[in-house]
Amino acid sequence: MTNLSGKTALVTGASRGIGRASALALARAGAQVLVHYSSSPGQAESVVADIREFGGRAEALKADMAAVDGAHQLARQVEAIVGSRLDVLVANAGISNYAAIENTSIEDFDRLFAVNVRAPFFLVQQLLPILGEGSSVIFLSSLAAHAAVGTLSAYAATKGAIDTLVKHFATELGPRGIRVNAVAPGVVETDMSSFAKTEQGRAATLGLQALKRVAGPDDIAGAIAFLASDAARWVTGDTLRVDGGSKL
Amino acid sequence: MTKLTDKTALVTGASRGIGAAIAKRLAADGARVAITYTKGADAAAQVVKEIETAGGKAIAIQADAADAKAVIAAVDKTVKTFGGLDILVNNAGTAIPKPFVEATLEEMDRVIDINLRGVFIATQAALRHLKDGGRVINIGSSVGERNMTPGLAAYSATKGAVKMFTQGLSREVGSRGITVNTVQPGPIDTDLNPVAGDWATPQIANTALKRYGRVEDVAALVAFVASPEASYITGTSLTVDGGTNA
Repeated sequence: MTNLSGKTALVTGASRGIGRASALALARAGAQVLVHYSSSPGQAESVVADIREFGGRAEALKADMAAVDGAHQLARQVEAIVGSRLDVLVANAGISNYAAIENTSIEDFDRLFAVNVRAPFFLVQQLLPILGEGSSVIFLSSLAAHAAVGTLSAYAATKGAIDTLVKHFATELGPRGIRVNAVAPGVVETDMSSFAKTEQGRAATLGLQALKRVAGPDDIAGAIAFLASDAARWVTGDTLRVDGGSKL
Repeated sequence: MTKLTDKTALVTGASRGIGAAIAKRLAADGARVAITYTKGADAAAQVVKEIETAGGKAIAIQADAADAKAVIAAVDKTVKTFGGLDILVNNAGTAIPKPFVEATLEEMDRVIDINLRGVFIATQAALRHLKDGGRVINIGSSVGERNMTPGLAAYSATKGAVKMFTQGLSREVGSRGITVNTVQPGPIDTDLNPVAGDWATPQIANTALKRYGRVEDVAALVAFVASPEASYITGTSLTVDGGTNA
């Protein structure tokens, strides 16, 4: 089993969806989990309560990932709690924008890159002093980075940037013993993704896939917990597709 | 109760190296394990003994991956012995490192027969028995995707072919919940590619983690792919290469 006893973990965007499922999975594996949120304190506190209920350790942290210094502020809060050692960073917080090219505004575009690319980049930078030998960084990529699915070009481009960061971060941080990977979910039923909630979207999702079912957040969290663990100690620089075999 | 309790796995080419580590790991996770070997009867018996000593169940079957009849018989024997089949790990493989211009026809055929034809035969035989929700896990290679090592042109071509076989097959069996994936190791310390060998230095330099991998590192990823937690991962290639291909 995945064992993260004695480890410290930060999951951004952990109040719901894949972040929530990941926070719970890491906590069940024994990690102390810092549950970051940007706008839903009630949902974040409920994740913390769920973790404490089964005897785990968790705390909620608020930071605005769209703000220029949001990652910096979050890193300072994390250091204040865990001190000198963070074992796992799941940079999950992200936003999507389902919009045609004509309908994508500069503000939307900038906000997508701020939250999905700038924040994870500087979060890793700011946490480097407390990441070290054996630490695992996990980014969230997307099926949309590898294949044209949905009308999501600006969002997809942010995830393409993540795949590139994975390779460069892994190579640059490998000598320090820090692993860097991403998981690339396909369509997952969450608050962020309404795609599979319509009849048409559901049919399209299943049409892409080998496994013919729509994923839930737990389908992704298992892969994240694996990458976080020492079982994945030789896995770095990879984007792991967790998409039920979508658009292969 | 561990995560592979009541599952049966067949691991090809498992008398030593990565295959032996996978067999032991799947057994430790609760699976009954059949292993095949070509020549290493003693080594295979030792793997079985280690699994049994740890409280597991295992059998060893002599079957050269290039011998279709023997491979099909090995699948049948596994099913007969353990009452079914849930997990096939196509691990048996060979490399004959040398400049391609010097490779003989026999050497080319041998690499294709074991690394590709052998995977086809074992997989087809296994699919006739594989239970819903089962797993086909092919051991590819990081050079099946990106090859920086001279002397492995033919080998890397077969591993690239396995990667595409994985994709294609996943579409045919997905409705039964069977997943098909490739695990792609980078440089791993084995008899075939020892960390003490002449070839090691450039391979280490190509990794991000600046070391060779261990067979247990590969087995851990295979165990994850075999587990219920990975039931939504299919048709893909998972690297365990220390960042070699990053």
